[in-house]
Amino acid sequence: MSEALLQIRDLSVDYLLDRGAFRAVKNVSFDIGRGELFGLAGESGCGKSTIAYAITRLAKAPAWVAGGEILLDGQDLLKLPESRLQEVRWRRIGMVFQSAMNSLNPLMRVEAQFHDVLRRHTGSSREKSRARAEEMFKLVGIPASRLTDYPHQFSGGMRQRIVIAICLALKPELIIMDEPTTALDVVVQREILEQVIDLQRGYGFSVLFITHDLHLMAQLCHRIGVMLKGELVEVGDVRQVSRAPAHDYTRKLWGAIPQLPGHPAVKDAIA
Amino acid sequence: MNAVTTVPSAAVAAEPIVRLDGIERSFGLVQALRGVSLSLKGGRALALVGESGCGKTTCARIISRMDTPTGGEMLYRGRNITQTGTAAEEKAYRRAVQMVFQDPFASLNPVFSVQHHLARPLALHGHARSKAERVQGVADLLNWVGLEPALTAHKFPHELSGGQRQRVNIARALAVQPDVLVADEPTSMLDVSIRLGILELVSRIKQERQLALLYITHDIATAAHVAEEVIVMFAGQMVEWGDTLSVIGDARHPYTQLLLSAVPDPDRPFMAGDSARFLGHAEEVRRLSRPSSAKVDQVGPNHFVRALGAAS
Repeated sequence: MSEALLQIRDLSVDYLLDRGAFRAVKNVSFDIGRGELFGLAGESGCGKSTIAYAITRLAKAPAWVAGGEILLDGQDLLKLPESRLQEVRWRRIGMVFQSAMNSLNPLMRVEAQFHDVLRRHTGSSREKSRARAEEMFKLVGIPASRLTDYPHQFSGGMRQRIVIAICLALKPELIIMDEPTTALDVVVQREILEQVIDLQRGYGFSVLFITHDLHLMAQLCHRIGVMLKGELVEVGDVRQVSRAPAHDYTRKLWGAIPQLPGHPAVKDAIA
Repeated sequence: MNAVTTVPSAAVAAEPIVRLDGIERSFGLVQALRGVSLSLKGGRALALVGESGCGKTTCARIISRMDTPTGGEMLYRGRNITQTGTAAEEKAYRRAVQMVFQDPFASLNPVFSVQHHLARPLALHGHARSKAERVQGVADLLNWVGLEPALTAHKFPHELSGGQRQRVNIARALAVQPDVLVADEPTSMLDVSIRLGILELVSRIKQERQLALLYITHDIATAAHVAEEVIVMFAGQMVEWGDTLSVIGDARHPYTQLLLSAVPDPDRPFMAGDSARFLGHAEEVRRLSRPSSAKVDQVGPNHFVRALGAAS
């Protein structure tokens, strides 16, 4: 692994409840290198999304970061004053969530939404934003002529690509993708993720990819961490985690997804 | 390869419980279903597979009579039920065909206990008359779906996990003793580690109660796990159908091949520089698969493929 971009050190996150604190993330530590695709696998409630929110300081009450450090290039994001967070959010760390496609403003043309983000973060002019938006649309494979359309005129997969395009327009160093394709069908899922791989190669950003689907994660990531009940129970190279998983739970997750009965013809047809 | 002129139904053997013959459904200019024909048989599972918007859920809604077709015929045990029948006939059909929905969190009433959810259909459909019969009936149902009656019956939906709720939904469907179960993405909102358990439960119920199961999903891998027969749909049309092993092992239609190729496979990492090729390929397949000819080829004992090419 190259030099670490993000270092999570001993992170603990609590949810404060009437009957006391529930520790959702327990002393979790891992690194993400520059240009590395790191996967965090686990089931609902295991704490993987809580980590994503903690990294971007989006964890809101009753969530409470109880301890640890989140170092971006050595700088602890947890100690950053609220006023300086804007320099980090979107600018250096982009986020694409499962429901991101529904987070586009239904009343604004897509072009205006690009401009909104670019103006706020880089002070870009309308013309500059337009040029950047056209460039980004081309990258995610949507004709630039559609920039004047409204969100409802796009399919779910296209809306998700638009969110990725807006996210990339600011050239972040790290993109957090929390179940970015779970609501989409397999063909669209593969279309989007193959594009992410291409873009990653071109731009060199790092990715924190969160999903419950280990099979998919193994196609995409260099290293994988597996979470169970708030703890990181296994971290390793994708080959090790898929061929020789050390933890019982990792083996259980692998076994949980039905595989196709052998179909070599198909594997070769398009592979 | 034998060319067949009429669209054959998805199954050949045994008397079907429900049969659709050339079902059409249009919403204004949008044709959601074009000539869908299928048979649901006791003790057998049929999977409807396709992307969002392909018409699979419309098909389920027609079968469960939440929607009416704009063309074609529906038969229930050989009787034509395309037109609305008498109130008694409608009730009998609705009893016979039960649904399990995708969202286990939205499909139970939060103010009622599990006991209430299950006792009500038992009483309404005359399967339990006294209180003792209802308690016993609920306990039997919970046992069927793998829940401990003493621990579950008094609980409210919010006290149950997603998997437990889906089991209660299945028990509720079974309470009226249906002979067809329509499951629309029953596991897509559940955790991965409990999905297989739910699919195995549904398969066991199908087997032991000799129910006909219609399983609707966009995940062709789970379809292969659950169903003996599969129909691949695209843009409201059946493009390839027949015995699951034959369709998956020897897929002929480019859309079926595309679906299979997109199933996540840990042994085939994505490569940088590949996306244009895959996107171009997917686009081409979608273009080719657009509502096309009425010509259907039989490529196996129970395996049919729609020919490519414009509708004539």
